[in-house]
Amino acid sequence: MASVARLLSRRATPIISSAAAASRFTASTTPLFARTARPTTFAKFMSTEATSSHHHYVNRDMLGSTTPLGSTITEDVEIDDGVDVNARHFTVNFGPQHPAAHGVLRLILELEGEEILRCDPHVGLLHRGTEKLIEYKTYLQALPYFDRLDYCSMMVNEQAYSLAVEKLLNIEVPLRAKYIRTMFAEITRVMNHCMSVMSHIMDVGALTPFLWMFEEREKLIEFYERVSGARMHAAYVRPGGVSLDIPKGLLEDIHVWADQFGQRMDEAEELITGNRIWKGRTVDVGRVTAKEALDWGFSGVMLRGSGVNWDLRKVQPYDAYDLVDFDVPVGTKGDCYDRYLCRMEEMRQSLRIIHQCINDMPPGPVRVDDLKISPPRRAHMKENMEALIHHFKLYSEGYSVPAGETYTVVEAPKGEFGVHLVSDGSNRPYRCKIRAPGFAHLAGLDFMAKGHFIPDVVTMIGTMDIVFGEVDR
Amino acid sequence: MLRNVIRAAAVPRVQTRVALPAMARSIHISSTVHAKNTNDYRANREKFPEDDISTRYTPGKGPSALDNASQALLLTELVRGMWVVLESFFRPPYTLMYPFEKGALSPRFRGEHALRRYPSGEERCIACKLCEAICPAQAITIEAEPREDGSRRTTRYDIDMTKCIYCGFCQEACPVDAIVEGPNYEYATETHEELLYNKEKLLANGDKWEVELARNLEADHLYR
Repeated sequence: MASVARLLSRRATPIISSAAAASRFTASTTPLFARTARPTTFAKFMSTEATSSHHHYVNRDMLGSTTPLGSTITEDVEIDDGVDVNARHFTVNFGPQHPAAHGVLRLILELEGEEILRCDPHVGLLHRGTEKLIEYKTYLQALPYFDRLDYCSMMVNEQAYSLAVEKLLNIEVPLRAKYIRTMFAEITRVMNHCMSVMSHIMDVGALTPFLWMFEEREKLIEFYERVSGARMHAAYVRPGGVSLDIPKGLLEDIHVWADQFGQRMDEAEELITGNRIWKGRTVDVGRVTAKEALDWGFSGVMLRGSGVNWDLRKVQPYDAYDLVDFDVPVGTKGDCYDRYLCRMEEMRQSLRIIHQCINDMPPGPVRVDDLKISPPRRAHMKENMEALIHHFKLYSEGYSVPAGETYTVVEAPKGEFGVHLVSDGSNRPYRCKIRAPGFAHLAGLDFMAKGHFIPDVVTMIGTMDIVFGEVDR
Repeated sequence: MLRNVIRAAAVPRVQTRVALPAMARSIHISSTVHAKNTNDYRANREKFPEDDISTRYTPGKGPSALDNASQALLLTELVRGMWVVLESFFRPPYTLMYPFEKGALSPRFRGEHALRRYPSGEERCIACKLCEAICPAQAITIEAEPREDGSRRTTRYDIDMTKCIYCGFCQEACPVDAIVEGPNYEYATETHEELLYNKEKLLANGDKWEVELARNLEADHLYR
């Protein structure tokens, strides 16, 4: 009779760790219909002591009391379901070598069957001490570290740092530099979304669009290379403007690319957006309410997908964002599918911004006209003694930044990327705290994943768009 | 036209709005009272206001039930998706057959380092050590002393290529265009020691790549 009850039970048979429990279990002959009125196994577990999930492991005898702690629990119920509190949930190590973990994410998943009860992200495997290293570098030397934080959206990170330094220096960059930065920030956004959305789709099972969009991403990387000399770690956006002007012909090529990219996106969307497999994997998966998103400090698409209309490019425009026209996609349901749609629409809006930047970009200098901050042109440096002295000062000692502190944010593709920079008036930052959007998103994985299955965790990691360079810093 | 159908289906889910100045205006936080039995996480999660059945379906928006049913039965979205895949099957591939074909590089490309010489054969580097000072990775080591003819030259110029982050600050800092990052990116080695470049290796690189280096500097000199 007991085995029939076990077979009909909707849960997997728990591990019975004590003989006493086993004997109690076999003694029970509870009618099955009684089960419905009683709390589920999980609810019971949670109500035994505290909400902390580690208490699952605690033997109730060790707590010093043999009486049930929750008011709804009786000894009978426990016997009925055949669950002993000594039974331990199955724990799975997800990563750090899992291909769907997007780098070195290690998740401790506590499972009941395939249902996730607890999801504990372990971070720090890619910690390089960037923030501390920056304290020992001049303001210019600290710049390349920002390429290597979120290594999918390099120039946006540089932009955040440059804006912070510029705020402390109280300088304003020339308009052309603003447009160049805005254009490359949007190119970066498209690059990042090409990578994140398509690898998200690949995690879920579709390889084709990933390859299509990587072709486009390769073209954008070439633009990076042409403007800065490096395909990824550009070190192009500098405090005071950008390092070099755009080479001749690049704007035309960006225009040609931007003209055809919409079609490439149409093709990818034709394949994915309506696809029932994709929808089956993402619709209603990883839902986040607006309140939860705000409570957990989500930003970017993770916030907008839940219906909160909050985009730093609109709310507190920086660089040339107040001069260009674009819309902000906002989701309604807050699930993975909404965030996918938001990202796709963001790419289209980025195209709009890129087109406007190409059309409206004025001629002029690309660095602030202050020899104490931006290095002189090479021709001047070789002919003019004063320029040579400035050149030597800037590349050895660097420039000193007035004492003060700032928290400067940009709307990175992943969310709010912030740089809290404290200056003590010397040529090195006193402190540089980096606010990475992925870190806050990863913290929310626990509540998002609860009640979902293991494959949904992969979907959620994909939708959170996590890059460990910035999470671990 | 087919695409528009998809787009139409997507419209009710994602709206594009222009941002409002006040954040609070657009947030709707449901003030659902949490269920009594607080230990069940399912009850503990906030309710989604959109789940209210009355707000789910708006007449005139989105596909009709007939559309949905026919799409589900006839696999239309799958067939259309596969058609796009089939189309791309007949497009020329974007693949570069790498060691035989290589992508184009711009004059700004920052690859392997080289120490250049003047056309007379005299080395350019004057041991000002600006590159050593600016290098964020501290990959450059320079020692210098006056030569017999009295000119200042390096006796040691080492770059640890495994420390280098290829930021290009050294070539920016160099006042005589001596240290440059050239167009070569194919210098992988099997040992770490081979990537600890000394002055001889860097000068040899400069001799080997001088044509390309000079051409790149010439092409980009108006911007620098």
